[in-house]
Amino acid sequence: MSQPPKKTIPKPPTRIKHYLTAAIVLVLLALSYIQTGSSFMDLITNRDQMASLVIDMFPPDWAYFEKIIEPMLETIRMAVIGTTFGAIISVPVILLCANNVNRIPWISYPARFILNLIRTVPELLLAAIFVAIFGLGMIPGIFALTIFSVGIIAKLTYESVEGIDKGPMEAMTAVGANKVQWITFAIIPQAAAYFVSYVLYTFEVNIRAAAILGLVGAGGIGLYYDSNLGFLNYPRVNTLIIATLAVVLIIDFVSNKLREKLL
Amino acid sequence: MSQLPTHTVDKPKGRGKKIFNRVLILVILAAIYVWAFAGIEEFEIKETAGQISKAIFDGIIHPDWAFVNEEEGLIFGLIDTLAISILGTFISAILTIPFGFWAASRRDKSGFFVTGLGRFVLSFIRVFPEVVLAIIFIKAVGPGSFAGVLALGLHSIGMLGKLFAEEVEAIDHGPREALIATGANRIQVLVYSVLPQVLPGFISYTLYRFELNVRGASILGIIGAGGIGAPLIFALTSRNWPRVGVILLGIIVLVSAIDLISGYLRKKIV
Repeated sequence: MSQPPKKTIPKPPTRIKHYLTAAIVLVLLALSYIQTGSSFMDLITNRDQMASLVIDMFPPDWAYFEKIIEPMLETIRMAVIGTTFGAIISVPVILLCANNVNRIPWISYPARFILNLIRTVPELLLAAIFVAIFGLGMIPGIFALTIFSVGIIAKLTYESVEGIDKGPMEAMTAVGANKVQWITFAIIPQAAAYFVSYVLYTFEVNIRAAAILGLVGAGGIGLYYDSNLGFLNYPRVNTLIIATLAVVLIIDFVSNKLREKLL
Repeated sequence: MSQLPTHTVDKPKGRGKKIFNRVLILVILAAIYVWAFAGIEEFEIKETAGQISKAIFDGIIHPDWAFVNEEEGLIFGLIDTLAISILGTFISAILTIPFGFWAASRRDKSGFFVTGLGRFVLSFIRVFPEVVLAIIFIKAVGPGSFAGVLALGLHSIGMLGKLFAEEVEAIDHGPREALIATGANRIQVLVYSVLPQVLPGFISYTLYRFELNVRGASILGIIGAGGIGAPLIFALTSRNWPRVGVILLGIIVLVSAIDLISGYLRKKIV
């Protein structure tokens, strides 16, 4: 007679890992709290100051609107031009990085590495460096936004290109297409919608970025934030905030509608 | 011999409209570009531009390694940057949870007050650049890293809230209904059916936001809110390119390392 199988309740999975993770997170938080000299008591004791700051902002200085229309338009121009140049430069970068287009690993991996390096540098820092080279104005802002855009557009698009259908590519190879024909008829029709959608998304990001580039002297509305906050002219700061909010919301709305149609 | 039949293919319908649409888009785009480029100031490359570029390049090739271990030097600045982003991200993640539920659309009671207003508040928060928020918090709590923490903590709610809400919208309603059927109260439903489903997504998005916040924290110092940005802007204004070079390298290494670690953790979670 065979022995009846033993009935044992399986042990619950160990929770040590969770406790350890929680402990590590808590230690990191505590260290960060000490390092940054944070004190939430400060926040509470200074709440009157914060409240008065907000109260000072009202009513907004409506007459100031006329003066900031031109810098606002300059901000949009910078974003338009920066995004466009970024999109143009992205095209060859995408073809180099996507490993189903460029089958040579010792080109595609270094290309991706450089792309990742570009993405690590914040746009304000790029702008500060270009201001040192070209002087104050829109030009350094446009350069900074161009490089910043390449990082976003190329990264998102080459990942989409790697996911496209292989069929057309193999078909084009089978009928003896050369490299240019191969890219034109097998890759571009599949990737174009993604590319345009990411360019629009980058444009939204760039509008926000362009609004602060002025803080380091790279043109646009940012300069006005800096000077008005410096002079403690809060009603004007409020006008700036409202204007920025309006522009960003309108552009986000239009761009979202266009992207929904594309994909 | 009979003639070969001739086929005529009808022209696809609606072509005229399609062409009209394309032309319209092209005209609009052309108008935007004419407007954008017309407003650009004259582009003249200053004579010094070449020299400065060369100096910057030299500086980046020969970084000021002595700055790494200095007191309040590179290491200190990078740790400060990291600390600001860790604390800022944590605060925003905690604050975002109610926003995420608020802005998610629901089958039963979606409307202006439950979903619409939540979404509007989130996009309202997203509009404020973290640098502008930092300037405002500096007025309130004084310059330093804490202002940076608060700025990141508030700014990140905008984006995290949107992502959290999408996560809440995507949950499977089966477990929730099952729990309600067994007579669980609202808190039990939340703890045993909703949280287990949304938590991995929440953590993953928080880590992603953390990657962005490290980049954000590295520039907050430019306006005096702590981190590596302050020595960076001093080095830039005093044209100390070797020091700019070493700080730039430090930021690149820090951001890449965080991206790698966070990317690995996110892959494990989802």
